[in-house]
Amino acid sequence: MKASAFDYARVASIHHALEMLSLHGEQAKLLSGGQSLLPAMNLRLVSPQILIDIGDLAELRGIAVDSDVLRIGALTRHVELLTSHLVAAHAPLLSDAVKHIAHPAIRNRGTLGGSLAHADPAAELPACMLALNATIIACGRDGERRIAAAEFFQGIYATALRPDELLAAVELPIARQNSVDFFQEFARRHGDYALAGVAARASVASGGFSKLRMAFFAIADRPVLANAAAKLLNVAITPELIADASVAFGNELNPPEDQQASSSMRRHLASVLFRRCVEALLARGRLYGGAG
Amino acid sequence: MTAPMPISLEVNGERVDLHVLPRVNLADFLREHLHLTGTHVGCEHGVCGACTVRVNGEIVRACLMLAVQVHGKTVQTIEGLSDSGEVADLQSAFRERNALQCGYCTPGMLMAAEDLLKQQNEPSRELIREHLSGNYCRCTGYQAIVDAIEATAHSRRGRPR
Ligand SMILES: Cc1cc2nc3c(=O)[nH]c(=O)nc-3n(C[C@H](O)[C@H](O)[C@H](O)COP(=O)(O)OP(=O)(O)OC[C@H]3O[C@@H](n4cnc5c(N)ncnc54)[C@H](O)[C@@H]3O)c2cc1C
Ligand code: FES
Ligand code: FES
Repeated sequence: MKASAFDYARVASIHHALEMLSLHGEQAKLLSGGQSLLPAMNLRLVSPQILIDIGDLAELRGIAVDSDVLRIGALTRHVELLTSHLVAAHAPLLSDAVKHIAHPAIRNRGTLGGSLAHADPAAELPACMLALNATIIACGRDGERRIAAAEFFQGIYATALRPDELLAAVELPIARQNSVDFFQEFARRHGDYALAGVAARASVASGGFSKLRMAFFAIADRPVLANAAAKLLNVAITPELIADASVAFGNELNPPEDQQASSSMRRHLASVLFRRCVEALLARGRLYGGAG
Repeated sequence: MTAPMPISLEVNGERVDLHVLPRVNLADFLREHLHLTGTHVGCEHGVCGACTVRVNGEIVRACLMLAVQVHGKTVQTIEGLSDSGEVADLQSAFRERNALQCGYCTPGMLMAAEDLLKQQNEPSRELIREHLSGNYCRCTGYQAIVDAIEATAHSRRGRPR
């Protein structure tokens, strides 16, 4: 199908974008890569009156390290995350995760900010933000707001962004010496949205975990941290302990059902991912840290 | 202001200055305004890959870009790659191996395959499949397409530079 008629404005500054947003309110939509918005408009799931194209705003670009923080601009495209040396060095989780997003032609356009603002519960990058304990930087007419990833995602396509704000950047604590990342998902075909997936960062010392953040996606209305991970902190890890924790984790969940997978199938896949993730993090921790 | 907007861009090496409505996507613009019908339209929501073109040298979904967004950019379509001879060997490998039947997916397949071959001179079959994962073919079963791309990569490696 074709999108219905709309107006289009290409803005030259964040200030201009925010002015347009407050002028047009709910009738306006920001346009970044267009890889979620334009399909939805072509299917007439949404019909904004005006698109505000922020694609030219250099202020929203760039990947940089400042002391122990990695800052990534909202307009950073998926392909740029995939090839960035800074991302590979300081947030390898993202380099891994992006390979699972869609296909090359879509990764050439789609952006980090668009993916986070869109907040598809099955999307990879929101879960990564949660695992990495990211801070999301929103820009409004009154200035900046810093929002923790755990507060940012609020439901299916719902975030803490206000209608007159735009997402400017994210800040991530950089990987420390003993920190290890892990990403895996199950999807029907390569590049499809996941049936269940996990993004995790851990600190491994003496063969155990001193920190463990496992964020699961496609199993709830937003990415969620596994509470059961607490059972694995600062203890000697045994296969029995992992098995117990993965059962406890399965019981935390009440996954949605759709044409792709039943609720119990999603719960099963998530528990399998939980176990694999813990084992892989430990093995990587030993490999890189030499401990344990 | 839901009126046509002026845009200037370069398409297959030629400068184009036209007015276009914001709602017109790049695929429809190429087909209906410029009569470049090699860019096909299948799903119009990004899943089939039939509309794949290059913008500023990178492949994109033409159904997921607005013509007004391409203002000031360069576009290359299958007609451009075909006329310049860039994909001549790939096209004959497709023909020789029956890597096309109805041909609907073929322009998009060629655009995606050429994109891979520019980045990798010795892609594995797995990498070929991965790079084409966003391009659907309802006829061939993909095997012959992967064969044709592998064969082209092989013969390009043997070609003097
Ligand atoms: C066939 C196909 C398969 C896909 N598969 C996957 C997949 O497996 N995993 C996945 O995660 N994604 C997938 N995607 C979506 C893709 O990753 C998108 O790029 C991404 O979700 C949105 O980014 P965008 O820049 O294209 O945003 P847009 O489409 O431009 O915008 C999306 C939404 O966010 C808003 N927005 C955009 N930028 C900002 C900003 N800076 N501040 C505030 N609001 C903003 C827009 O107004 C809009 O509501 C797929 C897309 C397609 C077409
Ligand atoms: S028509 Fe563009 S991807 Fe199908
Ligand atoms: S040859 Fe018919 S769709 Fe590919």
